[in-house]
Amino acid sequence: MNIINIEHITKIYKVGLEEVHALRDVSLRIDKNEYVAIMGPSGSGKSTLMNMLGCLDTPTSGKYEFKGVSVSEMTDNELAKIRNKEIGFVFQTFNLLARSDAVHNVELPLIYAGIPTAERRERAIQALIDVGLKDRLHHKPNELSGGQRQRVAIARALVTNPSIILADEPTGNLDSKTGEEIMGLFHEIHEKGNTIILVTHEEYIAEHAARIVRLKDGLIESDERVERRYIPKIKTTVAQ
Amino acid sequence: MNISQTFSIAVQSLRNNKLRTGLTILGVVVGIFSIIVIMTIITMLQKSIEEGLSQLNKYTFQIQKNDPTFGGGPRFRETRPDIKIEEAYRLKELLTNAKYVAAEQWQFGIVVKYGNKETNPNIQVAGITADAIKTNNWNIEYGREIRETDVQYSANVCLIGKDIVDKLFPNINPVGQTIRVGGRPLQVIGVIEAQPALFGQSRDNYIVLPITTWQSMYGKYGRSVNITVMSYGKEDYNDVIEAATGYMRIIRKLSPGEPDNFYIYSNESMISQVNDITGPIKIGALAVSIIALIAAGVGIMNIMLVSVTERTREIGIRKALGARKTWILTQFLIEAVVLCFIGGIIGILLGLGIGNFAGSFLNAQTAIPVDWVIIGITLCVLIGVIFGTYPAYKAANLDPIEALRYE
Ligand SMILES: Nc1ncnc2c1ncn2[C@@H]1O[C@H](COP(=O)(O)OP(=O)(O)O)[C@@H](O)[C@H]1O
Ligand SMILES: [Mg+2]
Repeated sequence: MNIINIEHITKIYKVGLEEVHALRDVSLRIDKNEYVAIMGPSGSGKSTLMNMLGCLDTPTSGKYEFKGVSVSEMTDNELAKIRNKEIGFVFQTFNLLARSDAVHNVELPLIYAGIPTAERRERAIQALIDVGLKDRLHHKPNELSGGQRQRVAIARALVTNPSIILADEPTGNLDSKTGEEIMGLFHEIHEKGNTIILVTHEEYIAEHAARIVRLKDGLIESDERVERRYIPKIKTTVAQ
Repeated sequence: MNISQTFSIAVQSLRNNKLRTGLTILGVVVGIFSIIVIMTIITMLQKSIEEGLSQLNKYTFQIQKNDPTFGGGPRFRETRPDIKIEEAYRLKELLTNAKYVAAEQWQFGIVVKYGNKETNPNIQVAGITADAIKTNNWNIEYGREIRETDVQYSANVCLIGKDIVDKLFPNINPVGQTIRVGGRPLQVIGVIEAQPALFGQSRDNYIVLPITTWQSMYGKYGRSVNITVMSYGKEDYNDVIEAATGYMRIIRKLSPGEPDNFYIYSNESMISQVNDITGPIKIGALAVSIIALIAAGVGIMNIMLVSVTERTREIGIRKALGARKTWILTQFLIEAVVLCFIGGIIGILLGLGIGNFAGSFLNAQTAIPVDWVIIGITLCVLIGVIFGTYPAYKAANLDPIEALRYE
């Protein structure tokens, strides 16, 4: 069953009198439990595509169906609901609330989902335990390392049991060793049956995925299933 | 997602930035404080004046030549004839439904001497007819009262207040002693019981003479007497005022179309005069406070706008995680209202505290202007809603992608 189906999507930004064609004509289908890496040079439209897939943005033209429902006809509130229930975002810059502790950060999507306090607390703590942060529940982002912050963000993305995880350069702000650990975590998440779309411009990160889509100047250059050449060791710090 | 969750998010983010919260609150505190402190003091004074009046001279009113208060007819001051003792006695004859009808006159700033002792020049000297002892609620502690015969014969006798006893007769019985007032010897025939202080002022530094004696000392002509009337009770008080007005018109030979050439001075007229002064002060204070609150509101809007900019990324995160526009709007609106409400409560508490503290120096009774507390809180919430709406609207309509990219 495919979760994402986009056909002939374009996205044009108007900057003054100039038009920037961030996406020219992109079609893509992504099925359940796929692990897709989107690659391409800077400015090729990767983030634009991700934002579109994550229902943060709507295309200028083209068709986007999420689980068979047309996204382009959705209202603001329906988009907010899809983002809340169906999508888990992981960003390059973590995007945690700076003044809130790990548990509250992970709770946030559950608050917007209307989950009662006791249940959401429990689920947030469990999600943090699952990403190996059992001892960091009440640390604020500035009391955590980059890798730990990204784990909090991943816990936040997973806590609502979304249909799809969208990660835009999740290792971009991490050193390579920490980056590997995070990729190990994504591997595990994928093994558990989740669908992952990962943006990166680094080959050794893309190697973790089973399918690589290459973008260039707003067009898909190639889309191929690849042999997963590298499976990272599962770290002991990660969920047992 | 319900309102209580939005509320807890709003409170959480207020708690997270205490400095910003504190500064925002300050403006509201000042605005509300100013209104409450003024209203508290006014309420205290009003309460004291009303209670003071009602405890003083129950069921009495005065007939004077002129309205002694603000706005009272200075136009007539030259042309109105003085009220004479004879008119007071005539009224006493006619006004049979009154309990007492008295005449009195006062002279202030007098020195009283006994032997080689003397008082400060701050003694009040009253000249009275016998009934004035009743209308003034004076009780003779020892000695005797001033009688009508004393008045008739201009006897050189006097009653003295407690302060004079303390000052001139610390160790001896003053009754039977002779004091001197302006060189005139007066025999003390009685001492008047101490009266409860009013507005923190002692009311016992006075001496009382027969009105005829008083007039021979301070002059009979060019000085109008005050007539004091006491009714039997509350019920007939207004009837007595009405009857007294009618008889005074007859005594003063006024024809039907002519206005009164005297003024009736009752507790009610005094209270309404107090209200005449405090009313405009209250309106002024309200206007000043509303201006202060609007200034505070603009300040709040300013700080909220800065805070929306500062928190652009936070708003982006919340939207990415599924917050609806209306939830963001409500969150920021609640933040503004909570800020104003907290500021209002602090302002009210400070205003009540400092108002009562300042009022106590004016010897006024403690008071809480409940109506103004309610008005103040309502204003605060209103200001929060009015000035919080624009920043909240701005926050709610941020584009999530732009917001997430904001540095
Ligand atoms: N909000 C925007 N306004 C104008 N141009 C934009 C905006 N967002 C992206 N672009 C442009 O669209 C193109 C694709 O951007 P993006 O998707 O961020 O690329 P990538 O993530 O692959 O580096 C770039 O040329 C970028 O400048
Ligand atoms: Mg990008």
